[in-house]
Amino acid sequence: MVIKVLGSGCMNCQKLEALAKKATEQLGLDAEIVKVTDYPEIMAYGVMSTPALVIDEKLVVAGRVPSYDEVVTFIKRFAE
Amino acid sequence: MDPFYPLQLLADWLTYTVFGLDKTSKLGLSLDFFLFDVPKVLILLAVVIFFVAIIRSFFSPEKTRKFLSHSRLYGGNIAAALLGVVTPFCSCSAVPLFIGFVESGVPLGVTFSFLVASPMINEIAIILLWGLFGWKITALYIVSGLVIAITSGIIIGKLGLESWVEEYVYQIRMGDGGELAEQTWPEKLAYARDYVGEIVGKVWPYVVVGIGLGAVMHGYIPADFLAKYAGPGNPFAVPIAVLVGVPLYSNAAGVIPLVSVLVEKGMAMGTVLAFMMAVVGLSLPEAIILRKVLKPKLIAVYFGINAVGIMAIGYLFNAVLR
Repeated sequence: MVIKVLGSGCMNCQKLEALAKKATEQLGLDAEIVKVTDYPEIMAYGVMSTPALVIDEKLVVAGRVPSYDEVVTFIKRFAE
Repeated sequence: MDPFYPLQLLADWLTYTVFGLDKTSKLGLSLDFFLFDVPKVLILLAVVIFFVAIIRSFFSPEKTRKFLSHSRLYGGNIAAALLGVVTPFCSCSAVPLFIGFVESGVPLGVTFSFLVASPMINEIAIILLWGLFGWKITALYIVSGLVIAITSGIIIGKLGLESWVEEYVYQIRMGDGGELAEQTWPEKLAYARDYVGEIVGKVWPYVVVGIGLGAVMHGYIPADFLAKYAGPGNPFAVPIAVLVGVPLYSNAAGVIPLVSVLVEKGMAMGTVLAFMMAVVGLSLPEAIILRKVLKPKLIAVYFGINAVGIMAIGYLFNAVLR
């Protein structure tokens, strides 16, 4: 599984990255977490407001930091 | 009845009964002011931020972009300024938002109306103004902010400054992320609750320090002390207020309680409004971020038109609000 955190490196992007890391560790998943900071690449996902989360090339949330439970739900959906 | 009256009773009781201070003493006046204003402002912040978070969950930059992509001058500027107020947007997303707007064919002037309105009409500023000055001044602030956002967007649109945008912006193509699932009501409520915690957790020290300084001035500086220097009679008061306001960007929550005391001590209302708008609307960090997509000339025009607009509002209200 590849989890991408889109954002230019602001506080909220770091928060989201930490949540994703924690969630994959807790779920015991072997996932690669990638930070995407390049604007053209961010916009290629149709995202205008950061931070955003992309799991296996599918955009799941944009423009806010989701709660930890939400992140777990997103990741579980793709892990099956 | 004033819903905050019980807080006033509590502050009076603490100051004059528990601490036994004299009702005419400077220390008593200051402490009473502080004990009343801190809980009042924090309650106002918590309540209004909660509802703002709920309202904003119905808007997104992606929806706003779709709506504005077919807009024209004038009508588009008005819509963009209004949407700028309610669309959730932090200045760290200014670059992708700008590129996204331009890519989908939102005219440059309309994009600027959005970019000006979004920080200028700031929810924290609205709440504090309403709590400390009343609804009339708050309404003036909102209407003035909208007028500046609409007119500066129209001016930039009329000037045809498209070539002052960095060229690479026009080459970026946006992908389609597909529809994101709407948040459910329990999710919206949970998000709003967390957001209140986050914002209040971040701004409360500024509020306490701002009100603390205000409280000292309230008790120790005679009324009308500032009228001589910053009253309507001083033509330089407005530009100086704007210059001082720009670097104070992130501290709107601390600055506004302080400003309410400046008014009490004789600062003219138009000068105060100009100062407030410079604090929230003209931000150096945002200008630096926007440098990635705008050439320096366009940033200068954007800042210049805004500053002139804010000063015009300041002089206008100094002349009208006597």
